[in-house]
Amino acid sequence: MTAAIEIKDVQKRFGNVSIIRDLNLNVARGERHAIIGPNGAGKSTTFNLISGHIKPSGGEIRLNGDVISGLRPFEINRRGLSRSFQVTNVFARMTVLENVRCAVLWATGHRYAFWKNVDRLPVVKQRTERILEDIHLSHRRDVPAGLLTYAEQRELEIGITIAGGANVIMLDEPTAGMSHAETERAVTLIRRLTEGRTLVIVEHDMSVVFGIADRISVLVYGQIIASGTPEEIRGNRKVREAYLGEEGH
Amino acid sequence: MTDATAPLELKEQPGGRVRFYGIWLIAAVALIVLPLVFSSGGSLTSFSLIGIAIIFALSYNILLGQTGLLSFGHAVHYGLGGFLAVHVMNAVANYNWPLPLPFIPLFGGIGGLAFAIVFGWVMTKRAGTVFAMITLGIGELVASSSLILRSVFGGESGITTDRTALPHMFGWSFGPQRQVYYLIAFWVMVSAIAMYALTRTPLGRLCNAVRDNPERVEFIGYDPHVVRYFAYGFAGFFAGVAGGLTAINFEIANSAYLGATQSGFVLFAAFIGGTAYFFGPILGAILVTYLQLGLTDLTTVWQLYFGIIFIGIVMFAPGGIAGLLMMHRPLVRAGSLATVIPSYLVAALPTLAFALGVILSIETVAHYTDSEGEGSVVHLVGIPFDAVKPTTWLAAAVLVVVGFVIARLTWRRVTEAWDRAATIARDRGYLA
Repeated sequence: MTAAIEIKDVQKRFGNVSIIRDLNLNVARGERHAIIGPNGAGKSTTFNLISGHIKPSGGEIRLNGDVISGLRPFEINRRGLSRSFQVTNVFARMTVLENVRCAVLWATGHRYAFWKNVDRLPVVKQRTERILEDIHLSHRRDVPAGLLTYAEQRELEIGITIAGGANVIMLDEPTAGMSHAETERAVTLIRRLTEGRTLVIVEHDMSVVFGIADRISVLVYGQIIASGTPEEIRGNRKVREAYLGEEGH
Repeated sequence: MTDATAPLELKEQPGGRVRFYGIWLIAAVALIVLPLVFSSGGSLTSFSLIGIAIIFALSYNILLGQTGLLSFGHAVHYGLGGFLAVHVMNAVANYNWPLPLPFIPLFGGIGGLAFAIVFGWVMTKRAGTVFAMITLGIGELVASSSLILRSVFGGESGITTDRTALPHMFGWSFGPQRQVYYLIAFWVMVSAIAMYALTRTPLGRLCNAVRDNPERVEFIGYDPHVVRYFAYGFAGFFAGVAGGLTAINFEIANSAYLGATQSGFVLFAAFIGGTAYFFGPILGAILVTYLQLGLTDLTTVWQLYFGIIFIGIVMFAPGGIAGLLMMHRPLVRAGSLATVIPSYLVAALPTLAFALGVILSIETVAHYTDSEGEGSVVHLVGIPFDAVKPTTWLAAAVLVVVGFVIARLTWRRVTEAWDRAATIARDRGYLA
């Protein structure tokens, strides 16, 4: 079986500075894969490389077997990969409902249609409603996204990410800045919503990582230094030295 | 006051559909009845110009309000639409084609659209400042080319036409202004409905998404460049329709249609009306056209007043007239509007005195310096002021200073009353 995501010898340089050096990573289909590492290790850059936000300086990235490195973000998205952002990145002046609905439109085949009434598309309506319920924002549907609370915006961010029905979901620090209770809620939400899909997650909160991930990769200075099950990573000496030790685990 | 300027899309109330169609019906009836109530030639001319301005401003708002594209060259589409319409009209008259006048604005639209299709792809590659600068450049380019390519644009004098030379329709020759008004009114209705419908399509919603956050749009499967290109095409089409109607109305197309002044006018109208709401540019088009027609008769420095109004709106009401109106909607619903009204009335008097002082100052200076003008006497609210008399200068100064000092106090009370009313609305759940 081909891997959902296959990263081979990928490099990223900004000028003379190498952020990512010979990155190799495989994410199997249906796996929940967490990427951890100290600040500045290149986790977000890795996300940006995979999702097409920035282009690699070298190497190759495959999604379900097809090369996607060099494609534009929307082309990658149409092939079934959807990502969220670390800093909330929603459509601030549009309502919660509009936010989710826009994310549903391409996947339901409506493209740039200017001859259809967006309120009269049953499939779109159904899917939007379901996602609003899933992210517990049905009661806030008519509020502009910019006026939501921080935790609500994070939930909406996840909602937009999963709305297109992509089979590979990438979440960049979905619980950053959340309280303990909100984090627990978010973890339950993420688990439920990514059921049956491939999940790649970057997270600083170790309880979230060990609570969600099947496999964990540790990124340090632009390279994966270890990859394995949570138990393997916990027991890995190199990881403890490079990362977990610093955080006091 | 922060959320007062943010557009709140509010819950649809029961009976919303009836009300929705009711608004369009009322608009249609108003357009039909208007010339029966005000039947003088002057008002028919004004209504015709206002109608055209409405289409033009709405088309501009497809770019500015809905897609977040600031264009300084929207008149290019308007003007080219006008020129194509004139050429088609002349061809129809020359070759006796069976094409009645009411279809001509469609060719105006095609003219505006064609330019958008050819040049739009490159222009919409980037949004923001880059787009604004390119539109400015293209606008100047087309306007100056129009003076060089004489055979197409007719040079300084433009190209004339005769609207009555086309085949008649329903026995109408479209010679009388009243018939032209109805032709324009028809196209105002059709265009407004079409542009409103556009906002409710998948493309229309994606335009909003591109306006709010083009980066994120790329990650939900859409190319923001394509979305902008479509928006640009639609805006160009409807601007062309407006240009075609202008050509019919004046029976001429000239290079002034394409120029920066015209582009500035539409930006002005849309912004003053308010770009966050669909109906904003309609209000702006009505007000700005009306002011333009009215002020030019009253004062030689009317452009100065336009500038002051524009700066005032940008600084104190960035949501435009529509924004000002709509921020009262939650208060109406919550029943707390009565809390602010008295403070408005109290504030109105000193604010008016201040405004009169400013006007008197401007007019006094204008009359004092303009020796060839109609003398030194300024008529303001029926009172004659002589610009060379020191008492006039003193009166102006007193009105400005005293008016401003008192007005500021009353404005503070408006803010307080507003906060109280907003708190009530928030408590009752009508304001987020």
